Amino acid sequence: MTDQAFVTIKNAAKSFGTFEVLKDINLTVQRGQIVAIIGPSGSGKSTLLRAINELDPLSSGEVWLEDVQINKKLPYRQYEAHVNQVRQDIGMVFQHFNLFPHLTVRGNITLAPRMLKGLSEAEANKLAEEQLAKVGLSEKIDEYPSRLSGGQKQRVAIARALAMKPKVMLFDEATSALDPELVEEVNQVMKQLAEEHMTMIIVTHEMDFAASVCDRVLFMDQGVVVEEGPPSVIFQNPENERTRNFLRKHLSR
Amino acid sequence: MGLDFSVVPSYFGVLLMGAGWTIAITICAGILSFFGGIVFAVIALYAHWALRLPVRGFAFLFMGTPLLLQLFLIYFGLIQIGIDLPAFVAGVIGLGLHFAVYNSELIQASILAVDKGQYEGARTLGLSRGQTLRRIVIPQAVRAVIPPMGNNMIALLKDSALVSVIGVMELTLAAQQAISRTYRPFEFYLAAAFCYYIVNLALEAGLRHLERRIAASR
Repeated sequence: MTDQAFVTIKNAAKSFGTFEVLKDINLTVQRGQIVAIIGPSGSGKSTLLRAINELDPLSSGEVWLEDVQINKKLPYRQYEAHVNQVRQDIGMVFQHFNLFPHLTVRGNITLAPRMLKGLSEAEANKLAEEQLAKVGLSEKIDEYPSRLSGGQKQRVAIARALAMKPKVMLFDEATSALDPELVEEVNQVMKQLAEEHMTMIIVTHEMDFAASVCDRVLFMDQGVVVEEGPPSVIFQNPENERTRNFLRKHLSR
Repeated sequence: MGLDFSVVPSYFGVLLMGAGWTIAITICAGILSFFGGIVFAVIALYAHWALRLPVRGFAFLFMGTPLLLQLFLIYFGLIQIGIDLPAFVAGVIGLGLHFAVYNSELIQASILAVDKGQYEGARTLGLSRGQTLRRIVIPQAVRAVIPPMGNNMIALLKDSALVSVIGVMELTLAAQQAISRTYRPFEFYLAAAFCYYIVNLALEAGLRHLERRIAASR
């Protein structure tokens, strides 16, 4: 289980025009590891996360999940088929939830498993019930997203991603759009996933959460990984001046 | 000669039949214009130019010429090239395609207005572009477009009177028949107008009900 490269990013670079968002980033995440990516806005952390599932493809470099290269160069049709396949193994949770408003909670969760994994209606319903129980929202199964609070929406979004039985979960500022009192319920769900050894890569502004849950913390600034290490080192004893400056602003709350 | 509405009840059956045909043609053309509108919108936004350009040309043709003329063309014109459509079918096709073009404009705008996060949410789960379009984007676009499309349906109901000119025995033509027997145009046109109004009220009530039903799922 341990020491096995699970998600590998090699020499990742990306530019929009002449602006380099990511500059030669290397990252290896082991199975079951929980990695937090922190850094100021515009540092490239969301772009890096979105490169992992090809939402924002890299300009150069490689992304691997186990022994499959995610960003393979292929002719258009093959590339689409390949990406649709590998994305099934990569769950993603967004800042703005991106629940489907025209479907109930049940519909949101069962859509992809039914369409892509060929589950029967009964199997998919059972799956939806399991995943909702896990995020503590069993009673909301037949509600539309418009009837849910932000925290509940995000928990449904997590359940929807988990229903695909992903190998890794990506969180892109999952609690940034939430009212402060709703953050904790989402953090609880993420902690629970951590305890189940789900491999997670988390872009976050919440240092306390990163410190308490993650195995490793990456500090990014201006498209590079400035410093990385266990949270105890990064948060208490960072080496780099930029890291210290950033943390001074974010920890003095 | 004063007004005498006492002749109207004896033609009640004729008017009712006419109203029935008006409703039938509105429903059929409405359904055609709804699905046609979706198909045209998807072609306009996503299809290869070899399909997109002819469809756009066709759309311009339907928007830039009178519906009356289009009905003449479909019913009387097509016979010359061997396509002999029953009047009802010709009426449904003419009205349906005409309003499909208008609906398509609405649906295109509505598709483009669907939040980018919806595509990302769907694609991240592994849905293909086509699956995302069919299951996520179009259903949302259609829900958003139901209120303005309802206005088109009301216009369609009223414009269905035009198919009287190709001999479909709908409400307007039924009224004309009654008039030709009784010489009471005012009474029967008024009665027909009243019938249109009632059907329109029912249509509007139906649309409001639909809007309320989908309110939660938007």
